[in-house]
Amino acid sequence: MKLTGAQILIESLKAEGVEVIFGIPGGAIMPVYDVLFDSGIAHILNRHEQGSIHAAEGYARTTGKVGVCMATSGPGATNLVTGLVDALMDSTPIVAITGQVPTHLIGTDGFQEADIYGISIPATKYNYLVRDVNKLSQVVAEAFYIARTGRPGPVLIDLPKDIQNAVTEYVRPKPVSLPCYDQYFQEIDEDQIDRAIQAMEEAERPIIYVGGGVIASGAHQELYELAKRTHMPVTTTLMGLGSFPGTDELSLGMLGMHGTKYANYAMADADLIIALGARFDDRVTGKVSEFARHAKIIHVDIDAAEIDKIIRAHIPIRGDVRKVLTLMLKRLDTAKLKSYDKWHQQIKEWKTKYPLTYPNPEDYVMPQYVVEQIYEATKGEAIITVGVGQHQMWAAQYYRFQAPRSFISSSGLGTMGFGFPAAIGAQVAYPNKGVFTIDGDGSFQMTIQELATAVQYHLPIKVAILNNGFLGMVRQWQQLFFKGRYSHTFLGSPDFVKIAEGYGAVGMLITKKAEVRPAIERALEINNTVVMDFRIPQEDNVYPMIPAGGSIKQMIG
Amino acid sequence: MWRSPRFCLPPFAFILEMQHTLSLLVRNHPGVLSHVAGLFTRRSYNIESISVGVTENPELSRMTIAVGGDERIVQQIIKQCQKLVDVLSIKDLKYDESITRELAVFTVKATNQTRTEIIQIASVFNGRVADMSETSIMIEVTGNQRQIDSITRLLSQYGIEEMARTGLVALTFPSKRKPENTK
Repeated sequence: MKLTGAQILIESLKAEGVEVIFGIPGGAIMPVYDVLFDSGIAHILNRHEQGSIHAAEGYARTTGKVGVCMATSGPGATNLVTGLVDALMDSTPIVAITGQVPTHLIGTDGFQEADIYGISIPATKYNYLVRDVNKLSQVVAEAFYIARTGRPGPVLIDLPKDIQNAVTEYVRPKPVSLPCYDQYFQEIDEDQIDRAIQAMEEAERPIIYVGGGVIASGAHQELYELAKRTHMPVTTTLMGLGSFPGTDELSLGMLGMHGTKYANYAMADADLIIALGARFDDRVTGKVSEFARHAKIIHVDIDAAEIDKIIRAHIPIRGDVRKVLTLMLKRLDTAKLKSYDKWHQQIKEWKTKYPLTYPNPEDYVMPQYVVEQIYEATKGEAIITVGVGQHQMWAAQYYRFQAPRSFISSSGLGTMGFGFPAAIGAQVAYPNKGVFTIDGDGSFQMTIQELATAVQYHLPIKVAILNNGFLGMVRQWQQLFFKGRYSHTFLGSPDFVKIAEGYGAVGMLITKKAEVRPAIERALEINNTVVMDFRIPQEDNVYPMIPAGGSIKQMIG
Repeated sequence: MWRSPRFCLPPFAFILEMQHTLSLLVRNHPGVLSHVAGLFTRRSYNIESISVGVTENPELSRMTIAVGGDERIVQQIIKQCQKLVDVLSIKDLKYDESITRELAVFTVKATNQTRTEIIQIASVFNGRVADMSETSIMIEVTGNQRQIDSITRLLSQYGIEEMARTGLVALTFPSKRKPENTK
């Protein structure tokens, strides 16, 4: 069958099971959009390409499927770059398709031409510039394969306009075989598993440290079984939230810079750390030379480059977390673990002495209180997306996530403006689930134009803006480390209610504590996008805090 | 590669900065050089020299990269390169198990008095005269890095007008080749 490049692209996307694309059309991608029009694949039109790629990320992070976004050449493509780096840092499977000027114009500074191939090399797991329409179907199959296998990540396909129009015989792609890539996946070293079990038998103060890899691998059941059988405490990173029920007695909550005191003390005092799908990021370790000095470290990760990158692993295990845990659980049948009563006693003391607290006076709307009320009103079952900043940390601390893929946060790159478009992706993926964005006034304004998208497609997302009129986290650092010199962090506040209504959404302003819960309840019943402007104190801080490069001894709050 | 003994590196291995010669087999397509070089820039690894050329298999090219860094950094570089979709294999070539060669071309200032000395120096290193003018002489020489460094130093006494070095190429000696299990 003779097809154009654009038709081959759409056929290939269908063959990969793509159901929805987030994008914005433009000159260089028009042939593709013409085929897309009546192709049967759904499309969400965003208002900025950054919104498209963050929506694709929200879709991918909630479903585990590959998120697809599309943009035109030049500025359309470059507007995707932030999202590409974001997906790369947090290992999100994305395929981004960009139009490009015709091949004979490449390199001539044509209209809306940008070297997105060159620009996206450090921003993607892999990328393609398609110069031969006969290779297109194979390229698409490879792109999806690379995006979703191993450590997931973003892949970009740059498609020149003349290739989109070129006609050729459509040949189904051969099964993907990338010797340079596949040989990277070796067998799990079972000797290492034996050594790990041995270390577990010797440990007296063990702790399980869980990262995003457990969620990507779908290993939350195995993790739960491991924790329950061994009776070891569990702490998660920002990316790992939801992989272990936050309300479970073994849960220590989040660790790291703004993690709970007891999680950080437990890590510092542990004699065995079982790291599952986590990468010892600087937000967790603080000063590396002082981090977990007494602990033997078992490091399980699918990416060999993460092992030994920051800290030395005593027992490295390279492989898919789920497969490794399955093998471990089998070995545990015959293992004899010690009792950790003394350890749990110590942890309980820390939990009693240093719980997460905040001042909660009657005449203020406290951000932590808002998050707790959202948690109760949604019964801890909503999908929560966040921007970046103080509100993100409060959401991570005070909403107790029960299930994986329910907390969607730009953790590695920390992209402000991620929250709301990611919620769009999440709501499109799960039209019948409650999706809440807990955002900051700074973060929300970075992608506020996506309100139009949410309203156009009838996405009943609830947005809770924790509005303090500042770039809150930066202001906190200026207060603590720059003698309170608030250099250019005051935003003031627009009238979010008017803006929401201007876009056709519902707006609410909440200035009193007594109004908080009723507003949330009312929002949950409205079948429309709702923006709630919670006016919180201007100078509230996130505690506890371990300053960057600091150790437990420097913990504040 | 993930057997536990690999990780019992002696403490000083993390402090000693040495040059390592990495030999990569990569898919031969435009852009692969950008991908590899881009990785090095992104992670701030120091490339001392890089050379690439096709191999006996036209689908594959061989890249030889000389990097500086301590053992730990080199381990990271190797692992990061392995992650690249276009990289088939990467080896850290040991000095006593492989051959390394560079080509260098020099244009040296030459007078009637100094010309003979310069040609003598060239012949010590098995170099040859590629061209000559009234005031300069062009020397072409191949050798290992130490030899090229030496002749550069010796010729600079006379005044090097221009020079170009290719960067290392390297291959394992067949007599030192281990059974294929080096990843």
